[in-house]
Amino acid sequence: AAGMFLRLLSDIQWRAAHPKWRRMTGSQRSASTTAEPHPLSLPAQAQVVICGGGIMGTSVAYHLSKMGFKDIVLLEQGRLAAGTTRFCAGIVSTARPMSIELKMAHYSNKLYQQLEQETGVQTGYMKTGSISLAQTQDRLISLKRIASSLNVMGIPCEIISPKKVAQLHPLINIHDLVGAMYVPEDALVSSANVSLALATAASRNGVQIHERTSVSHVTIQRGRVTGVETDRGRIQCEFFVNCAGQWAYELGHSGEEPVHIPVHACEHFYLLTHPLQEPLSSSLPTVVDPDGRIYIRNWQGGILSGGFEKNPKPLFTEGRNQLEIQNLQEDWDHFGPLLSALLRRMPGLEALQIMQLVNCPESFTPDMRCIMGESPTARGYFVLAGMNSAGISYGGGAGKYLAEWIVNGYPSENVWPLDLKRFGTLQSSRTFLRHRVMEVMPLMYDLKVPRWDFQTGRQLRTSPLYDRLDAQGARWMEKHGFERVKYFVPPGSDLLDLDHSKTFYKPDWFDIVGAEVKCCKEAVCVIDMSSFTKFEISSTGDQALENLQYLFSNDLDVPVGHVVHTGMLNEKGGYENDCSIARLSKRSFFMISPTDQQVHCWAWLKNHLPDDSNLVLEDVTWKYTALNLIGPRAVDVLSELSYAPMTAEHFPSLFCKEMSVGYANGIRVMSITHTGEPGFVLYIPIEYALHVYNEVMNMGQKYGIRNAGYYALRSLRIEKFFAFWGQDLDAFTTPMECGREFQVKLDKGMEFLGQEVLLEQKQNGVYKRFTMFILEDHDTDMDLWPWWGEPIFRNGRYVGKTTSSAYSYTLERHVCLGFVHHFDEQTGEELVVTTDFINQGEFEIDIAGQRFQAKAKLYPFSSLFAQRRRKDDVELSGYQRE
Amino acid sequence: FYLTPPQVNSILKANEYSFKVPEFDGKNVSSILGFDSNQLPANAPIEDRRSAATCLQTRGMLLGVFDGHAGCACAQAVSERLFYYIAVSLLPHETLLEIENAVESGRALLPILQWHKHPNDYFSKEASKLYFNSLRTYWQELIDLNSGETTDVREALINAFKRLDNDISLEAQVGDPNSFLNYLVLRVAFSGSTACVAHVDGVDLHVANTGDSRAMLGVQEEDGSWSAVTLSYDHNAQNEHEVERVKMEHPKSEEKSLVKQDRLLGLLMPFRAFGDVKFKWSIELQKRVVESGPDQLNDNEYTKFIPPNYYTPPYLTAEPEVIHHRLRPQDKFLVLATDGLWETMHRQDVARIVGEYLTGVHHQQPIAVGGYKVTLGQMHGLLTERRARISSVFEDQNAATHLIRHAVGNNEFGTVDHERLSKMLSLPEELARMYRDDITIIVVQFNSHVIGAYQNEE
Repeated sequence: AAGMFLRLLSDIQWRAAHPKWRRMTGSQRSASTTAEPHPLSLPAQAQVVICGGGIMGTSVAYHLSKMGFKDIVLLEQGRLAAGTTRFCAGIVSTARPMSIELKMAHYSNKLYQQLEQETGVQTGYMKTGSISLAQTQDRLISLKRIASSLNVMGIPCEIISPKKVAQLHPLINIHDLVGAMYVPEDALVSSANVSLALATAASRNGVQIHERTSVSHVTIQRGRVTGVETDRGRIQCEFFVNCAGQWAYELGHSGEEPVHIPVHACEHFYLLTHPLQEPLSSSLPTVVDPDGRIYIRNWQGGILSGGFEKNPKPLFTEGRNQLEIQNLQEDWDHFGPLLSALLRRMPGLEALQIMQLVNCPESFTPDMRCIMGESPTARGYFVLAGMNSAGISYGGGAGKYLAEWIVNGYPSENVWPLDLKRFGTLQSSRTFLRHRVMEVMPLMYDLKVPRWDFQTGRQLRTSPLYDRLDAQGARWMEKHGFERVKYFVPPGSDLLDLDHSKTFYKPDWFDIVGAEVKCCKEAVCVIDMSSFTKFEISSTGDQALENLQYLFSNDLDVPVGHVVHTGMLNEKGGYENDCSIARLSKRSFFMISPTDQQVHCWAWLKNHLPDDSNLVLEDVTWKYTALNLIGPRAVDVLSELSYAPMTAEHFPSLFCKEMSVGYANGIRVMSITHTGEPGFVLYIPIEYALHVYNEVMNMGQKYGIRNAGYYALRSLRIEKFFAFWGQDLDAFTTPMECGREFQVKLDKGMEFLGQEVLLEQKQNGVYKRFTMFILEDHDTDMDLWPWWGEPIFRNGRYVGKTTSSAYSYTLERHVCLGFVHHFDEQTGEELVVTTDFINQGEFEIDIAGQRFQAKAKLYPFSSLFAQRRRKDDVELSGYQRE
Repeated sequence: FYLTPPQVNSILKANEYSFKVPEFDGKNVSSILGFDSNQLPANAPIEDRRSAATCLQTRGMLLGVFDGHAGCACAQAVSERLFYYIAVSLLPHETLLEIENAVESGRALLPILQWHKHPNDYFSKEASKLYFNSLRTYWQELIDLNSGETTDVREALINAFKRLDNDISLEAQVGDPNSFLNYLVLRVAFSGSTACVAHVDGVDLHVANTGDSRAMLGVQEEDGSWSAVTLSYDHNAQNEHEVERVKMEHPKSEEKSLVKQDRLLGLLMPFRAFGDVKFKWSIELQKRVVESGPDQLNDNEYTKFIPPNYYTPPYLTAEPEVIHHRLRPQDKFLVLATDGLWETMHRQDVARIVGEYLTGVHHQQPIAVGGYKVTLGQMHGLLTERRARISSVFEDQNAATHLIRHAVGNNEFGTVDHERLSKMLSLPEELARMYRDDITIIVVQFNSHVIGAYQNEE
């Protein structure tokens, strides 16, 4: 009965939302007629084949066709807008913590607003606004942070009092509220109709839409998409776009060469009611009560309310039957807590009659961010899926970015946080996904404080020293499946619940990390950095050098044993990767990159290196354990263990040498630390890891050695003004913009990627400048701490956002790093950022609505550096992302 | 020695079975949510049987308990066969024709029943062909009769009971060339079984009863308390009407010998039953069949023994009394049980124990709003109540098991006494029958929402 009823109801839903149902149906039909003049014949070939007729597929088709692509085929296994799109609650909300997500939602909103006019298809667009409620002060802080981001983007948004909430929405019980955020331009749509409107426009632009056509698999030859096999025949194509929603994982795995798309579905419930006695106005704002885990929107005079419960029900772990989506059962007991929250928020609804509890599966991803981009293994295979229940909010923007990606080779914004290549095969285990999405779904409404970590799917990749470190009080975080130490809780410390402390203010570990930093400055610390991605590139002749010279901006033709910090830039001069490369021999190089570059960098190199069997690229990440010895006494520890002189004369900075440490031979030692402090990183073949660690710790005792974690590392690198790729640097940032001209050798005698842009920037200046800010009137104990993403103001005007921040134990001040732009005061046009522009401005950083004075610096404090460093040696690289 | 609580549980739960009716079975919304059933043997092997099945060619569900005596052969046969006879009796003419044509041309048969069986509930493979032929003869006769009228459930039930008993009798008289089967049909006929069968279709509940098993409806009063409505008449000496009936059917001269020591002819407790040809056949027929029968039968003192004062057979019938009841929203459940339960527990206690149990474990059954009028407040109240009950965790997942626990373990205060329960369950086989009878229970739970909706339609 449930299935039948559901189908019936969603028809009602459409009809009621659209009084002119007949006309709607008419236009829908005419849309599919134009789309399918010969419903039985698929074209033999097309430029782009899109699989999936939901909001994502139709949005990609719409944008591709607008951008001038003509030869596009969209395939849908059932009917258009029949999957999750059909059951979507239809809330378009821009209140997103991440800037790229915010931009996508903002664009979607603007797109949907004019879609009805453009296509003639009624979308049910209604600008209702939204109110996000805060039951606690911490929640209000998180809302204020979002409000700051929205405001600087020009999206109207205000923090309002509970009283104002009651004025905006008469049904809300405000007694337990401390405040709220009001976004007046948020909207409601019928998501199915938005999807149909996009499809209509796309088909008018020549996109062929075929319903009831299933893709069985995608054929890939020599690392490129060649075509699509369907139940109605084969289509040859250049590009394939997997927009299959919760079926994206399986579709990715259906071919001979799997494309790993880590999505997993959970049941998602929402309630529909009959109209109130006095039907609710369709312009009443949507209410989000994250502390109650629910959202409430008006729906045909009644309400639609759902939420993200603490104990989600994952489903289809073993695979699926596409029909099952129609037949999911309502589960009232499961919905009970959300219903309680609803009635607590709106007690006046007690007498409202239930129409239905809708169970609609939603796909979630391992990190709560959607997945887009090109497969690292199959060129031309694009993906847009895993919307974490925000599909309608992201649909427009995500479709646009993906279309740009296909047409131009890269989207117009930095989408690395959403890039498919942030994941690898390791996130593709069904067990991992099942467990992780059970954590992700409640996290949608959980309070997210700085530096939170996922708790599920842990201890997958570990260093051989994991148990040793854990026994010494290590507290762990995870990056790309790899366990890394945050800090070490000293023995006897009563900070047992340290992991659970959630705060926007000064954290409990403040003094612990302070002690580790102090030890790095004054003695020596060991940090296990094994998670970093390590590649070896070698060739029989000069191929390795020649190719790397083209792919990297610095000059790699250095004497054997030298280490070079360099960006791996794209055509626009932006950082695709930032790494350290050691020249091991004339013909082989050892490359260290950030942990989450493992898939992306591999794909980039594979795509750019010639197909030459004499040129070998190998991922050796798993082969080495990396120990970072930081501090002035590191040199003493190492020289005692190796009976080799390690002083600057014998072992200068940025040098690499294989040597023995203790009994173990063949340890690759590099004089870099990723922090600017003196020291070494030891790359140890894993079987020697425990031995070398024990030797180092024993020998180090007399020099005051101790373990340290990444929080100490971060504090050190940020106070030294070191940018980290993935956090501060991205594909839209050039070395010129972040003060790294010295890592670019424009005159190295051969052409390299991005060279033209850099040359141009060198001559004409840059439009954004990486700047270091020292907070002046910020009280570390009492004030909110910065995190990242805080707006930067110059002379009261918005100029950019921070990208990372840390407390500097040396300066005893907070340091924020971020980019400063120069927007013309009249036109808003971006102007060149000069040194004077930075030096002559009064800067402020906005933390959750409160502004703090900040001193801007373009160069690091020289006094913080060890004396022996020369300017050119200055090691300005690092890889951590918080 | 004592049994530990887990040992007690494993004994009690060995035969438990639960079935939840899919809310929508493809034809209609069912008024039954599901049923729980269980058996506790006292005889070795147990002589009780139970059956449950959904009618696939007509609407409704069939549930029944069967209390065998003088062996389990008859109860076994009835538990396998009776529902087919009932289902066939209910089938419209066209369906019967279709089935007959299919058999005739060797095509696949329409399935008639979907059984809901515990793994211990077996069907005899050897006799299936024989049983099928008898059943086919029955539907062929129904086809020939073609009354053209729609089938009345009451009549169908009565016809099916009588027909099956007749077939059992005939098969024993005719015999079978296969010696195993020949012995089987004789054992079936010479042993006996009561039957208490419920047919539920929407709000129409029919109970057909033959013998001393009993059907009882659990009703929740407006104040939340529980009361019992009996939906069958016991066919035994305690039932005046039944004694009256038996006396009416025989000459006045036999009046004194008909019922002695509360037994029929001083021998049989139930006054109606399947099988038991010793109380149905003429003396000549009995002698002829026994003498021509296999040696095992001849050697059996019981079968050779002719009841005293046996003048005007038949003394026994399988014809059921049928009670029709229109279900109301307050009718929450139906208990079908053999006399093993009713001997130890008053029906009022049964109603209360099951009622409280079912509302207590209600949280384990999903609620569905379906098309009914429920407000957010009501739903919230219901869910809160269900959550509160989770705290009072019950050991039993099965209402029938829960009832057996009480029936066997209740002390004088009406609460389960583990010591008593342990003692009763650890009795050696030969002693068990002295203290308790086989107990078989089916608890059917109704969907009050559906029943309410049916009512509103009319």
